[in-house]
Amino acid sequence: MDLSLTPEELAFRDEVRAFFRDNVPPSVKRKLEENRHTTKEEMVEWSRILNKKGWAVPHWPVELGGTGWDAVRQYIFLEELQATPAPPMLPFGVNMVGPVIYTFGNEAQKKHYLPRIANLDDWWCQGFSEPGSGSDLASLKTKAERKGDKYIVNGQKTWTTLGQHADWIFCLVRTDPAAKKQEGISFLLIDMKSKGITIRPIVTIDGGREVNEVFFDDVEVPAENLVGQENKGWDYAKFLLGNERTNIARVGMSKERLRRLRQLASETLSGGRPIAEDANFRAKLAAVEVELKALELTQMRVVANEGKHGKGKPDPASSVLKIKGSEIQQTLTELMLEVAGPFATPYDVHGDDGSNEAMDWIAQIAPTYFNYRKVSIYGGSNEIQRNIISKAVLGL
Amino acid sequence: MDFDLSEEQRLLKESIDGLLKTSYDFEQRKKYSAEKGGWSKAVWDKLAEQGLLGLPFAEADGGFGAGAVETMLVMQAFGRALVLEPYLPTVVIAGGFLRHGGSDAQKAAHIPGIIDGSKTFAFAQLEKNSRYDLNDVSTTAKKKGDGWVIDGEKFVVLNGEAADTLVVTARTKGGQTDRDGIGVFLVPREAQGVTVKGYPTQDGMRAADITFTGVEVGADAAIGDPANGLPLIERVVDEARTALCAEAVGLMDEALKITVEYIKTRKQFGVPIGSFQALQHRAADMFVFTEQARSMALLATMASDFDDARERAASVAAAKVQIGKSSKFVGQQSVQLHGGIGVTMEAAIGHYFKRLSIIENTLGDTEYHQRRVSEAGGII
Repeated sequence: MDLSLTPEELAFRDEVRAFFRDNVPPSVKRKLEENRHTTKEEMVEWSRILNKKGWAVPHWPVELGGTGWDAVRQYIFLEELQATPAPPMLPFGVNMVGPVIYTFGNEAQKKHYLPRIANLDDWWCQGFSEPGSGSDLASLKTKAERKGDKYIVNGQKTWTTLGQHADWIFCLVRTDPAAKKQEGISFLLIDMKSKGITIRPIVTIDGGREVNEVFFDDVEVPAENLVGQENKGWDYAKFLLGNERTNIARVGMSKERLRRLRQLASETLSGGRPIAEDANFRAKLAAVEVELKALELTQMRVVANEGKHGKGKPDPASSVLKIKGSEIQQTLTELMLEVAGPFATPYDVHGDDGSNEAMDWIAQIAPTYFNYRKVSIYGGSNEIQRNIISKAVLGL
Repeated sequence: MDFDLSEEQRLLKESIDGLLKTSYDFEQRKKYSAEKGGWSKAVWDKLAEQGLLGLPFAEADGGFGAGAVETMLVMQAFGRALVLEPYLPTVVIAGGFLRHGGSDAQKAAHIPGIIDGSKTFAFAQLEKNSRYDLNDVSTTAKKKGDGWVIDGEKFVVLNGEAADTLVVTARTKGGQTDRDGIGVFLVPREAQGVTVKGYPTQDGMRAADITFTGVEVGADAAIGDPANGLPLIERVVDEARTALCAEAVGLMDEALKITVEYIKTRKQFGVPIGSFQALQHRAADMFVFTEQARSMALLATMASDFDDARERAASVAAAKVQIGKSSKFVGQQSVQLHGGIGVTMEAAIGHYFKRLSIIENTLGDTEYHQRRVSEAGGII
């Protein structure tokens, strides 16, 4: 047993850390520290910086642009990326549809789509959830009827994250209404410019536009945009969702937030003394630090196990990572809100004339707290994770 | 990064499990608990035969030169079986003092008796007002000729009645909470002036309150520097806390296993109660708490190799915090999921709950260690 990284791994970490330090644009770094949203242009610029370095799709097969790093290096890379902080890679292409295409797609699809994902030439979004299909995803109703060399798609998708920027959407659609619900689903790639697609923002409680509804009204999709076999889409979706849980713990990000929380608590006075010196606050901070340390170790156990024994079937411990990771992220937003106190109240801290820039740091605290209620809901809600543990681990 | 056991470690684990499987079921444990001293000499001799009592000692001292991971494996197994025998005070604590602070003569005088199972020890540290502070010592050791005279009272000394030798913390100079001036002394339990008042503990063991009245010991009784023994005490106590963390993980593993088996078989409304989602989610949360505890017990175990003393102490403190919280949740909920039978002496689960609860309050509770984490400047 050994907790430490090898000298080679430490050198790798230093290299990655230095690259992020030198290449994340300072204005973007500041935005991320303050939990403000990065623009599409900033995301694209960052993806191209990574792609130029050869790090845009590190976990893909080497012949498709991957780095060939082992599980520990992949883990170090993402930890450092979050801890810098650097913009996260857009997951819909890199982590979701990309691996589905290179695992189940045909040669033409691989050749066309994969390089464009790596360079963020195409912005992808995810068309899975529907108004009536959340945790029970397989009940989805959006249908695709084969007519000659086209599919005609009708229905509605929802919770489409950053769909407003998207060039393409990958969708689960029902192609066989008569089959058992998991067996009549196909995986379809749809151009967002297609006639008959309407996108409508869903404003979240923080006032942000992160998610959307997407409507399909007799949308024509070339049959060649089907991935794999018709009616086998559920298998591809399960594969995709399994990948979604990698790095769901967000340990690096929470570490960065914790540093920021400590800093704000030492700069903010209560009763004439920094909140950081208040015994109650210190106890809460220590409590979340211990939770985060334990999570980091749990994540290292999962990574080391994967590195040593191969990926195999998804480690049920990844449900622990999701539950604790999301709880810790939420606790940190709560503590931030506590530190901000009454100054968290203004909805637009810049004032109506936009002059109050000194308040930037505090502007996103309440919205982030509100927004982060999502993290225990998305990616398989924490209740679904408990179902997974009770079935897959405990055999209940 | 590697969390796998070596081949030797895997074999060690199997051999302990094998031993406990044949000699430590719930009924057998009840009998051991009723024996003099609160544990079984026969089991202790078996532990000696298998070499478990010699694990951490250097080969030069007759031991196996094993490390913290091996102690963790032993303690986890002991937790799973609710073992009563005084491994912690004898091998981990007294053994730790001898290994880290003992002179060659002291090692030669005491380690062989630990390894062959003929001698057990107890750690007389807690005082009426010291609570969890190791630097809070009122018991005195005054110089007399070459030797020492010890006066004071110690409380809740685990294995205090049965031990052959007591490891006593005592002040050689300074005020009650000064960090300087604390020594560690080996005192025969049967020495003149030692009064032992024994009693059973909540978790089925036996402990004692011990009074020292003008107890005279020789110069060779002092382990390490009698004027500055606190760093040694802190180091050994951190190892003891780490061992308790491992024991607690074993207890939680078993408590969860027993509970899951119970809710799979107990039927109400015509179905196993484990088919109800409210109970499934509670059990899933117990699993989450147990895994987080396991991670931190591993951290504490591996921290014994950290170079930085501050980081080492903070890691152990953080581990004890997580263990305390996890123990409370897993212990309480395993009783809850058992229903009425969970609060009876006849069911095993309550005994797991009790041991977990007592561990939380041993050598620093959750609040205490949370403060230590803060004072160390955090753990992240």
